[in-house]
Amino acid sequence: MAEIRNFTLNFGPQHPAAHGVLRLVLEMDGEVIQKADPHIGLLHRATEKLAETKPFNQSIGYMDRLDYVSMMCSEHAYVMAIEKLLGIEAPLRAQYIRVMFDEITRILNHLMWLGSHGLDIGAMTVFLYCFREREDLMDCYEAVSGTRMHATYYRPGGVYRDLPEQMPQFQPSPWRKDKELKRLNERRSGSLLDFIEDFTDRFPACVDEYETLLTDNRIWKQRTVGIGVVSPERALALGFTGPMLRGSGLAWDLRKKQPYDGYGKMDFDIPVGVNGDCYDRYLVRIEELRQSNRIIRQCVDWLRANPGPVMLADHKVTPPSREDMKGDMEALIHHFKLFTEGYTVPAGEAYAAVEAPKGEFGIWLVSDGANKPYRLKCRAPGFAHLAAMDEMVAGHMLADVVAVIGTMDIVFGEIDR
Amino acid sequence: MSNVRSLFKTFFLTELLVGMSVTLRQMFARKITIRYPEEKAPQSPRFRGLHALRRYPNGQERCIACKLCEAVCPALAITIDSDVSEDGTRRTTRYDIDLFKCIYCGFCEEACPVDAIVETRIHEYHMENRGENIMTKDKLLAIGERYEAMIAADKAADARYR
Repeated sequence: MAEIRNFTLNFGPQHPAAHGVLRLVLEMDGEVIQKADPHIGLLHRATEKLAETKPFNQSIGYMDRLDYVSMMCSEHAYVMAIEKLLGIEAPLRAQYIRVMFDEITRILNHLMWLGSHGLDIGAMTVFLYCFREREDLMDCYEAVSGTRMHATYYRPGGVYRDLPEQMPQFQPSPWRKDKELKRLNERRSGSLLDFIEDFTDRFPACVDEYETLLTDNRIWKQRTVGIGVVSPERALALGFTGPMLRGSGLAWDLRKKQPYDGYGKMDFDIPVGVNGDCYDRYLVRIEELRQSNRIIRQCVDWLRANPGPVMLADHKVTPPSREDMKGDMEALIHHFKLFTEGYTVPAGEAYAAVEAPKGEFGIWLVSDGANKPYRLKCRAPGFAHLAAMDEMVAGHMLADVVAVIGTMDIVFGEIDR
Repeated sequence: MSNVRSLFKTFFLTELLVGMSVTLRQMFARKITIRYPEEKAPQSPRFRGLHALRRYPNGQERCIACKLCEAVCPALAITIDSDVSEDGTRRTTRYDIDLFKCIYCGFCEEACPVDAIVETRIHEYHMENRGENIMTKDKLLAIGERYEAMIAADKAADARYR
């Protein structure tokens, strides 16, 4: 009789459902997964090493590129680590701006996740709807920082610029004149805060729309309920954080457990799942969309009422305003010093973690007293999640691998760094 | 009773039909897309696109070769050589930006004490040959001259925030 052996299947690194450059070596018994072996490192860019060769501020832009779906959150962790070492704190307004943009980032990330997860399991329409709302949030990113993705907006000691008083508007074109143009620009007639407030007004209805399409849908449920179940004990043991942990029923959220910046003053709830399967994690993330919306709304109200500085006035760390720099000799010297050699931080180490949309994103920074980090370590949530791949897919069918990859919300920028 | 309702829902595909009603409504809703080359999405005056070197209104180059942008560039995309020019001022003899290295972080613009190097809102550009990714001083100045009105307006709009 012929010998029957397991079949080894190579999934990725170039596979549309692999969310980047994941290479999975799957050992299959028929269509059932026996063992999954993720191979990583195909997007390694040595960010940690690169940071060791640059003054602190110059690496902010590279933090955006770690988790390129939740840009400002990674920046936030890095900036907080530097602030911890320096022993400074950003002005209150800057803290609220950071919280607001962290939550905008969370919505951006979860919309991207929802869209691509849906697309992977066969729900095309949600993807288009999600990108419709993402577009508005990207515009917020652009209005405030000048780029739609890689913002480089947070700085140690605050944020680079205050929120603009005017939203960019559509320009007349052969296709759209007076009335049509006015309708398009209606939401953009005010400041950025007005635009964001308008967004928070209509966003819950959009979430309802996604839910109508997915939550009760029998195909969606067949593909997600009971898939990739993780018990709370295992989730803890595997180092899960974020929605992956909360989906298993543990209410762990750094925004509540160790509030950073303005989060202590925010009123929001932490959604938790029950069964720890893909469907529960989906529900958790959907609820997080609504909670983020609530937080943004609170920030908008506060920011409207409280104008003020968005950057520390300590010019040993933060550059002086351009007006000062052009008229004042001392400010010019500070400007030159800061943009050439940067600032030195006291020797020591600091770990700063934020609740990134995917989980706990942490930066561990060691300084030897120079103007560059001695060592930088990123704690990427996706790494721990991907490490559980084998455990989560063993015994499932091949098609469920895609659902599990989707539910982990994997982004290779942060895993490979 | 709930069993009957559940059976009804299963049999008549209610949740699928409700979902499809959403997509059907969307079919008749107003389009949210725009016709790209003719009309464009709004752009912020803070937009960080292609670089340009500016001149003063009297035609003099702004750049004084202080090399702050070269020092602050995280990607080491800027290369500057300097010399004393004919009129005795310090000027760049070479100012290259490698667009393939550039990460468009905007630090050069932030660092420049004389507003010489700026990132404009130009985002539609391309290269056809190797080497065209290097923006030389001449090319950068040419962009600056061509788009000076736009650049000046953008910088003026954002001046009070910086």
